[in-house]
Amino acid sequence: MAISLLTPEFIIERNDARCIRCQVCVRQCANLAHIYDQEEDRVLADDSKCVNCHRCVTLCPTRAITIRKNPLEFKENASWTATAIREIYKQAETGGILLTGMGNDKPYPIYWDRMLINASQVTNPSIDPLREPMELKTFLGRKPEMLKVENGKLKEKLPPQLELEVPIMFSAMSFGSISFNACQALAMAASELGIMYNTGEGGLHKNLRKYGKNTIVQVASGRFGVDPEYLNAGAAIEIKIGQGAKPGIGGHLPGEKVTAQISQTRMIPLGSDAISPAPHHDIYSIEDLRQLIFSLKEATDYRKPVAVKIAAVHNVAAICSGIARAGADIIVIDGFRGGTGAAPLRIRDNVGIPIEFALAAVDTRLRQEGIRNQVSLVCAGGIRNSSDVIKAIALGADAVYIGQAALIAMGCHMCQKCYTGKCNWGIATQDPNLVKRLNPEIAARRLVNLIKAWAHEMKEMLGGMGINAIESLRGNRFMLRGIGLTSREL
Amino acid sequence: MKVIDASGMHYKDLNAMIKQLIKGNAAEILVKNVQGQRYIGDGIQGNSKIIIEGTPGNDMAAYMDGATIVVHGNAQDGVANTMNDGKVVIHGNTGDILGYAMRGGEVYIKGDVGYRVGIHMKEYLDKKPVIVIGGKAGAFLGEYMAGGIIILLGLNVDDTQKIVGNYCGTGMHGGVIYSRIPIDSYKLGKEVKQTQAEDGDMEIIGLYVKKFSDYFGFDYRSIMDSQFVKIYPYNHRPYGNLYAY
Ligand code: SF4
Ligand code: SF4
Repeated sequence: MAISLLTPEFIIERNDARCIRCQVCVRQCANLAHIYDQEEDRVLADDSKCVNCHRCVTLCPTRAITIRKNPLEFKENASWTATAIREIYKQAETGGILLTGMGNDKPYPIYWDRMLINASQVTNPSIDPLREPMELKTFLGRKPEMLKVENGKLKEKLPPQLELEVPIMFSAMSFGSISFNACQALAMAASELGIMYNTGEGGLHKNLRKYGKNTIVQVASGRFGVDPEYLNAGAAIEIKIGQGAKPGIGGHLPGEKVTAQISQTRMIPLGSDAISPAPHHDIYSIEDLRQLIFSLKEATDYRKPVAVKIAAVHNVAAICSGIARAGADIIVIDGFRGGTGAAPLRIRDNVGIPIEFALAAVDTRLRQEGIRNQVSLVCAGGIRNSSDVIKAIALGADAVYIGQAALIAMGCHMCQKCYTGKCNWGIATQDPNLVKRLNPEIAARRLVNLIKAWAHEMKEMLGGMGINAIESLRGNRFMLRGIGLTSREL
Repeated sequence: MKVIDASGMHYKDLNAMIKQLIKGNAAEILVKNVQGQRYIGDGIQGNSKIIIEGTPGNDMAAYMDGATIVVHGNAQDGVANTMNDGKVVIHGNTGDILGYAMRGGEVYIKGDVGYRVGIHMKEYLDKKPVIVIGGKAGAFLGEYMAGGIIILLGLNVDDTQKIVGNYCGTGMHGGVIYSRIPIDSYKLGKEVKQTQAEDGDMEIIGLYVKKFSDYFGFDYRSIMDSQFVKIYPYNHRPYGNLYAY
């Protein structure tokens, strides 16, 4: 092949006066961007290989390294930006579909940042969460129309519920897209926090079965690792129809990532492609979805809530009404900013709708139809902090899923190269030398810290509103004010 | 033998009753007058045998893990959906997506099957799902197939081209389909090739055709007296070169 027209995206700057030639950077970079020249006793860099993941910057003992955006400019052009040109070079050189990782990074409006939260002044007292009880506990699942009480006891058994200490869960990330250590960290943190993590569609590793109480097992079109033991291993089952980062697109784990452990967990041969196409070919309608929901309920004796996860798309309100009527106990809506281990770039950047709109539309629709009690709503896709969570709940969510925020807590630096399998932080990789860089105990501790911190902040915000239970905020849009929004957006 | 009369019963009650009997270690359960009740045998484990008279509804034997189900009649869609182990014998025809993502066990159909049969079938180590179809199959047979064996006999077809619909083996990247009658290449997905079955293949085919003949009373020798073909994927990484890294 002729010389590549792609110039480096980043440049690696090394302060030679500080560099002690320890070669930590050389050993740490899975992309081989640092090279040690023995003859000259110098450390050199190949900028073209750098993905700006900060692994070397963080580990260099003398802080000798900085990574900068390559200042090299194309002739200024509002239409043909550097990105547009580079993407064409890349496709002209490979003939391939452009891939990317993590959530949409384009400057679409982020509506969380255009909403402000209310607080109490004079006429209704605020509450001090440090000294007064404040309730974040949330139950996910179908709620009955009414409670019948007889002799002080419930007459009818409640449908199965998921009990969460904090209305935040770790969203579906499969063993395959992330490493075993990352899965284990999520499982450990979820069980310590009294929340849920989600296996994704890659099956459940046998060493993680012990975290079952805090596990949601996922069933996707490829049905990887799905057997009765798997279905019964978790606290709930989630049917994956779609994902915010790639609505209408399926999953595809390339064969080179199907290692011995993954092949065992997914129950497929070593090195074979793991294909999970977008359509479940047994679901072409709401009636068919109902069939899958109830076949799962039958197989687990109606003991577990069944969730259905879809991407936020134009017709989301009507679709969710159908899902609720199909018998789902929980609906998960994943917005267009949701993360992924690998997605075609064009899809990630151009398909879907903002979760803020989707959530409000779905909550309104289900209320109008009088079936809001039949399902819990979980909002996912680009939740960045505790105020996003509060706003999501005020817009109608029962709980949220976080994926990217959880990975960042574990050390992810958002380089968006998850699809290469060379994650230098040991997260989105199956290379044993990289995986061992992520210590599950430490990562779990960081996750626990994050959720605890968010929980404190949420209590503060609730207290400020004069609310002492998250329940009272749910769907309470009076607690939000839109700023800089058109009347239609409002 | 325990007997259940299923007429007029809701599937939830019927299935709970069957599961109760299985828990009590019933070796054989006869379910009479089945009228389209769904999810029979979903997720059941153990060695019981369930005999069904009538027409079971969708998703029979889904996620089943052991046990044997014999149906005297036709079955509907989704039989053996994601089945893990056990045996299903159907003395009739079945509908679509039979054996979706099936991972183990054996399914024998006397007659015809619908669309998308055996799609997403997978194998792992000694777990190898098997489907034997006595009649013909609809389109997309073995789509996305990643493992296991489908044996297509077409015993009732006069026009040999009717043995299977279009797009047979589309997206297939593992496993094998054996057919008693060669399939016109325009009906095959571009991911698969067709060759004559060799001695080793005939041994495998014979093993399952023997059981098929015993279940349904066909003449084993005359079935085996055909030159079977074998349809299998060019490679197990069909989409390896699709992406720019
Ligand atoms: S890690 Fe830092 S000090 Fe060590 S070789 Fe690299 S640049 Fe030099
Ligand atoms: S998980 Fe790893 S590869 Fe993916 S964005 Fe984060 S640091 Fe980069």
